[in-house]
Amino acid sequence: MEKTAAIELKNITKVFGQIVANKNVSLTVYNHEILSILGENGSGKTTLMNMISGIYHPDEGQIFIGGKEAVIHSPKDAYRYKIGMIHQHFKLIDVFTAVENIVLGINEGKYDLKAATKVVQETCEKYGFEIDLNKKIYQMSVSEKQTVEIVKTLYRGADILILDEPTAVLTPQEIDKLFAVMRRMRDDGKAIIIITHKLNEVLSISDRVSVLRKGEYIGTVNTCEANESILTEMMVGEKVSLNIARTEPKNAKKRLSLTNVTVLSDDGRSILKNVNFTANAGEILGIAGISGSGQKELLEAIAGLQHLKSGSILYYDPVTGKEENLRDKTPMQIKNLGVRLSFVPEDRLGMGLVGSMDITDNMMLRSYRSGNGAFVHRKAPQDLAKRVVKDLKVVTPGVQTPVRRLSGGNVQKVLVGREISASPTVLMAAYPVRGLDINSSYMIYNLLTEQKENGVAVIFVGEDLDVLTELCDRILVISGGVVTGIVDGRGATKEELGLLMTKAHHSEKEGTAQ
Amino acid sequence: MITSFLHRAVMQGIPLLFGSTGEIITEKSGNLNLGIPGIMYVGGISGVIGAFLYENSLVDKSNPNAFLIIAIPLLACLLGSLLMGLIYSFLTTTLRANQNVTGLALTTFGIGFGNFFGGSLITLVKTDVPSITLSLTSKYFAKTLPFADKCGWFGEVFLSYSFLAYFAILTAIVVGFMLKRTRTGLNLRAVGESPATADAAGISVTKYKYAATCIGSMIAGLGGLYYVMDYASGVWSNDAFGDRGWLAIALVIFTVWRPNIGILGSILFGGLYIVHNYLNNLIPMNMSTQELIKMAPYVVTVIVLIAISMRKKRETQPPASLGLAYFREDR
Repeated sequence: MEKTAAIELKNITKVFGQIVANKNVSLTVYNHEILSILGENGSGKTTLMNMISGIYHPDEGQIFIGGKEAVIHSPKDAYRYKIGMIHQHFKLIDVFTAVENIVLGINEGKYDLKAATKVVQETCEKYGFEIDLNKKIYQMSVSEKQTVEIVKTLYRGADILILDEPTAVLTPQEIDKLFAVMRRMRDDGKAIIIITHKLNEVLSISDRVSVLRKGEYIGTVNTCEANESILTEMMVGEKVSLNIARTEPKNAKKRLSLTNVTVLSDDGRSILKNVNFTANAGEILGIAGISGSGQKELLEAIAGLQHLKSGSILYYDPVTGKEENLRDKTPMQIKNLGVRLSFVPEDRLGMGLVGSMDITDNMMLRSYRSGNGAFVHRKAPQDLAKRVVKDLKVVTPGVQTPVRRLSGGNVQKVLVGREISASPTVLMAAYPVRGLDINSSYMIYNLLTEQKENGVAVIFVGEDLDVLTELCDRILVISGGVVTGIVDGRGATKEELGLLMTKAHHSEKEGTAQ
Repeated sequence: MITSFLHRAVMQGIPLLFGSTGEIITEKSGNLNLGIPGIMYVGGISGVIGAFLYENSLVDKSNPNAFLIIAIPLLACLLGSLLMGLIYSFLTTTLRANQNVTGLALTTFGIGFGNFFGGSLITLVKTDVPSITLSLTSKYFAKTLPFADKCGWFGEVFLSYSFLAYFAILTAIVVGFMLKRTRTGLNLRAVGESPATADAAGISVTKYKYAATCIGSMIAGLGGLYYVMDYASGVWSNDAFGDRGWLAIALVIFTVWRPNIGILGSILFGGLYIVHNYLNNLIPMNMSTQELIKMAPYVVTVIVLIAISMRKKRETQPPASLGLAYFREDR
């Protein structure tokens, strides 16, 4: 197998405002190989690839393709150099069919969809893609959409394929299929770059691994000589302790108790069925389950955002000792009862923060009612914003930056920082570490533990079973809207949880226990 | 009476058809051009200015050059509306200004522009009535198919229109075909649905947005020209164009962004717009009732809007990125 350099990057630097996304990155990709680019969130992987595919333009440095210097100003130029990128967020048009999306932007030859369908079909057969080309995108599953994306780049004759976190949205079976296709493409002579932060995938699919850390190029190793600990070390710099500090709960008193809670969806299906549990103060209650089992609705029901078909949600006031039923109360009514409820929703920029507003304004979303008459206080939220930025090490040019411009992890820190600053009595967090790098994740774990030590009832919805078993005092497992068990976090095994997660789950939906 | 009603309905509908076809192309590129009423107004007055200058330059008024008397107002109209389209594109696509604000500003500007020059011309010719008549030009613009008179009701309903009316229908058909069956149409729709996707596919978003908006503006401008030269028989008076520009935009929604439906839709709207006159002959009614009936096209549009939002069919929804500016390096 002859190996020639398909693409070479030399000293690439890219700066956004004051944030250096890539600094002096140099790397080479050969034909007939799969190169993994590994790095934590915000390490500049996607930015680097966007420069190859013409979305961004490097501020400094050169790109060589097939040995010649290439200037890539636009995605069109990238296609000319036979580079195709499959973005994390698919670039497909929902109301178009697969084949319309595939031929989009090609300006050669006659416009003939039927002929194009035939050619595309041949490509599909060659690499083993299964897809209905006349299906509209909005009717497709995520995996089908991804297939369309890959076929699209191949149809355009791409020899260098870049896949940005392609496995994040796939089921294990779909991942196996994707990897098989990737190997076939590699054997066909293509150069493939895969961006990921899952180590097991890196080890199973790639020939070589290049590691980026905080925008800088750390090094490249052959996969056959690498193992998880070597890669982790390259990725995070120093060795991170994998132990989450878990303290023993002190005077765990009842704080919130749900009885027979049932929630129906718009079309009348029950999303939650007779849910019973108690969340105690000074304790982290984990919620485990296959995604879409009702976790979101459960938290929303407590927060006053879901209508209950039946059941009650009782809150025990730690000061007065009174019981309040939160059922069918609005968030405002709940607040007026003196219940200090903090909620870190799954959809950060949809429910948690306003993307186009700056950090201070987002802090004000919790305090806009304080002030004199029609005027609001800006000083306190601004101080809070500064404190959150400092304490949680948010990487941002300043508190005036719209949160949309921050990276995922920093957005999350702003949100969690705001919610904790309200000194809650109940703190609910849904997937608070999703998309965060290891260090940021630990920071969030520590914050949750700190809250627990302060006597807060913490409810943590998580997906990583290792984290759940190390962080939580008790773990509630939910499956298809039914609580299938509440186990002690100490001594719980992943197998035990996995079993509960799939129990009584009439397999209508695809999903897997991790 | 039915034939004459249909005839008038078509005459009323043609400016709306031009306007809506132009706006459909524009909206398919993701630009919500609310400047269409102003652009149609500018198209009308530009044509009037062209015609006025040509008519005044003639020594022998009985024998004008048939080509020039058509071509000069036509080019003036296209140029005027093209400039409006360029202003809109420059502001919203290049400078990424808010589309709604820009469009509304252009409508205000266009109407002011038309009234200013309309008023100036009326002052120039020193007439007693507040209007200017370009009957010579109108004679050429209003020429119907030669055999229309001989074909009875068929002739009146189908053949008794000027070339611009047939051009409007042809444009709608061609634009419909272009959107659905050609590569240009596919690319254009892609730009309006998701500019980032189109960009990643190598389509120049800026080029398509500019081209669609400018061509759309020119088509819409012809609606203004048709209104003055044919429908109003060459008589320009300020503000006579009325709310036809807004009706054209309502028609876009009514047709669920399909120019082909616009052909029948424009006749329906035209009919609804004048039906009060005919009803008044049958059952006499007072002014306020007539005004209520004039509202019918808008009511129909609201019903269509409700219907498409209730059906939630993806194909009948507006272009997904309608009204949004596109910036490539935006994160």
